[in-house]
Amino acid sequence: MRRIISILLENEPGALSRVVGLFSQRGYNIDTLNVAPTEDPTLSRLTLSTTGDEKMVEQIIKQLHKLIDTIKVVDLSDGPHVERELMLVKVRAVGAEQRSELKNSVEIFRGHIVDVTPSSYTIQLAGDGKKLDAFIEAIREVGTMEVVRSGISGIARGEKFLLV
Amino acid sequence: MENLSGGDIVIRALRDAGVEYVWGYPGGSALHIYDAIFRQDDVKHLLVRHEQAAVHAADGFARATGKVGTVLVTSGPGATNAITGIATAYMDSIPLVVISGQVPSSKIGEDAFQETDMVGVSRPIVKHSFLIKRPEDIAATIAKAYYIASTGRPGPVVVDIPKDMTDPAIKVPYSYPKQVSMRSYQPNERGHSGQIKRALKTLLAAKQPVIYAGGGVIIDNASELLTTLARKLNYPITNTLMGLGAYPGSDRQFIGMLGMHGTYEANQAMHHADVIFAVGARFDDRVTNATDKFCPNATIIHIDIDPTCISKTVGADIPIVGSCKTVLGDMLELLDALPAPDGEALNRWWATIDDWRARHGIYTADRFEPSGGTLIKPQDVIKMLHKVTGGDAFVTSDVGQHQMFAAQYYLFDKPRRWINSGGLGTMGFGLPAAMGAQLAFPDATVACVTGEGSIQMNIQELSTCTQHGLPVKIINLNNSALGMVRQWQDMQYSARYASSVYEDSLPDFVALTEAYGHVGMRVTEFDQLESKMRECFALKDRVVFMDIVVDRAEHVYPMQIAGNAMNEMWLSKTERT
Ligand SMILES: Cc1ncc(C[n+]2csc(CCOP(=O)(O)OP(=O)(O)O)c2C)c(N)n1
Ligand SMILES: [Mg+2]
Repeated sequence: MRRIISILLENEPGALSRVVGLFSQRGYNIDTLNVAPTEDPTLSRLTLSTTGDEKMVEQIIKQLHKLIDTIKVVDLSDGPHVERELMLVKVRAVGAEQRSELKNSVEIFRGHIVDVTPSSYTIQLAGDGKKLDAFIEAIREVGTMEVVRSGISGIARGEKFLLV
Repeated sequence: MENLSGGDIVIRALRDAGVEYVWGYPGGSALHIYDAIFRQDDVKHLLVRHEQAAVHAADGFARATGKVGTVLVTSGPGATNAITGIATAYMDSIPLVVISGQVPSSKIGEDAFQETDMVGVSRPIVKHSFLIKRPEDIAATIAKAYYIASTGRPGPVVVDIPKDMTDPAIKVPYSYPKQVSMRSYQPNERGHSGQIKRALKTLLAAKQPVIYAGGGVIIDNASELLTTLARKLNYPITNTLMGLGAYPGSDRQFIGMLGMHGTYEANQAMHHADVIFAVGARFDDRVTNATDKFCPNATIIHIDIDPTCISKTVGADIPIVGSCKTVLGDMLELLDALPAPDGEALNRWWATIDDWRARHGIYTADRFEPSGGTLIKPQDVIKMLHKVTGGDAFVTSDVGQHQMFAAQYYLFDKPRRWINSGGLGTMGFGLPAAMGAQLAFPDATVACVTGEGSIQMNIQELSTCTQHGLPVKIINLNNSALGMVRQWQDMQYSARYASSVYEDSLPDFVALTEAYGHVGMRVTEFDQLESKMRECFALKDRVVFMDIVVDRAEHVYPMQIAGNAMNEMWLSKTERT
């Protein structure tokens, strides 16, 4: 079972290491992790995705709650939510034919080319994980030189929000 | 507002947190703080001989009193020596504040002399930790540390203080917060009223109930409420290793400890129960045996202050998150208005339990061969200890067979009298923990039940006892072996005693004790045991080390058979359920 967990955390030294440490210490997986300060600089917002059975996920959430620095913990996958991941891909782009083919794919996936050299493109793409995987698959012929993914950020749909 | 240096602020804040005693050991990074201690009289410092012992002593003090224990160590080796003590306290939910000196802020990360990332090293074994960044933050942080350590599920908190934060030349205004409130930490004590009602209904409808109470009851000072409830219901009650004394051990309703070395009747009753009422216990693997075979017919009610303890190993049918005291209090209030349990069913249940007791119970008959001549059975030593101390001593223990014998045979009638490292199982805990209990209760009888293996892990503390006048009594069940290891080797490794024997290298404990200025006694004959022990406890102001030569071949029974249900046990070397 894949879960997306959203955490509001005190922006204190060591707070992030306690979250990460909890996962290694108790044998839980972190698939992706994404963290940044919020508009209130004393708080950090963290999104992590994990996999585990129901019992494990329940424990993960409870253990996260138990950390002194956590203010809120929400399992976004419990309800409707939006998830997005940002990906930057550097690909070899040589010759008119290959370059136009790539541009096509980028357009279909509603990405952007954000850097160009005579022999390469750097492509930016946002979406859920599946869309990013599909893009990589679509340009497999060309082959990627480098891929950077941000990990998932998520937010609940509708009126629900995570605040202190 | 008064301006003080960071060093003075540390000590002033401890005073304002209500701290009387600090256990510790000095070193470079902590010297400004030590100097501040020297210049005042409110907070007393007790010098130990090893930082591990400082933490265990503060821990023993906390367990005996319910107050927060306080420790002060220096950076690097001082801090890492404290780690075993911190982990011990963490596993048993004991409130401690451990202050560690740290290298100056400007040197952090440079692999400076005696630098260890204490916050990092201790992270998995603390409830929380702080690194001080400004002298102005010291007082508020210390206040938070005591608040966090002592509320909710208690535990150790580390406050790491770089040396420049306590610089005598830098003075900042001092004020100790009147109240601590943290938006990210608001422990909840009250149980859900709907769940409490459901639990009571199930509990009262039970035909074969067992109350299974753990250390949480003792930590939360809920023993009286638990005892009242159990007596009103007339239900059988078992205590975990950590919960001994939560319910009077000599009471008829007490069916003994449960788990790996629990009594036959407690483990049987658990296995056959239809309702298990777990209070402040955490379904530890040393209790449950194989979880998939655990108590197959039972509906489980579970009260715990820590939600992570609920359904962690064994699923709870009726979970109640709350403190033992408030939840038991709420239950008692509702109880009288509800219909009484089925008396006939309960009588049948008690008859079954009494039958189990008569068959294999360790309190209805001795299940070990009698002592006599030079054969002293370790069980008899504990029974004698109970007799000589009137069952009213603080008993600390180390880890091994002696610990289990003490747990089984010293029937604790009061909470906080049994002090042992249950969760981590730390050899070396007993003597320093006894020092902590003795400091808290100078006139009380404090006995450390230990083994010749464990005592040598912190024996240097005999010197601390001399310095601070802590007349603890050491009851060494000397079987010339790492007995518990040897027992497992007997049972699982065809008696191949890999490194569990000392080959005549044991010290003369009497001479050793005398070298520290104390009284040593050696007992080799059973008929001397009582008189020597009386002599020992009559020496109220002295540390006495009783080196008692006990049967080396003895095993601890009952012993659950791993991988099975709770009620599958070895009852002796040859007999199993
Ligand atoms: C620090 C530490 N190291 C190792 C162990 C493993 N261990 C558990 S019991 C035991 C033997 C203890 O021997 P002793 O203190 O003589 O007690 P006995 O079992 O003989 O009564 C050992 C080595 C432990 N619990 N703690
Ligand atoms: Mg031994």
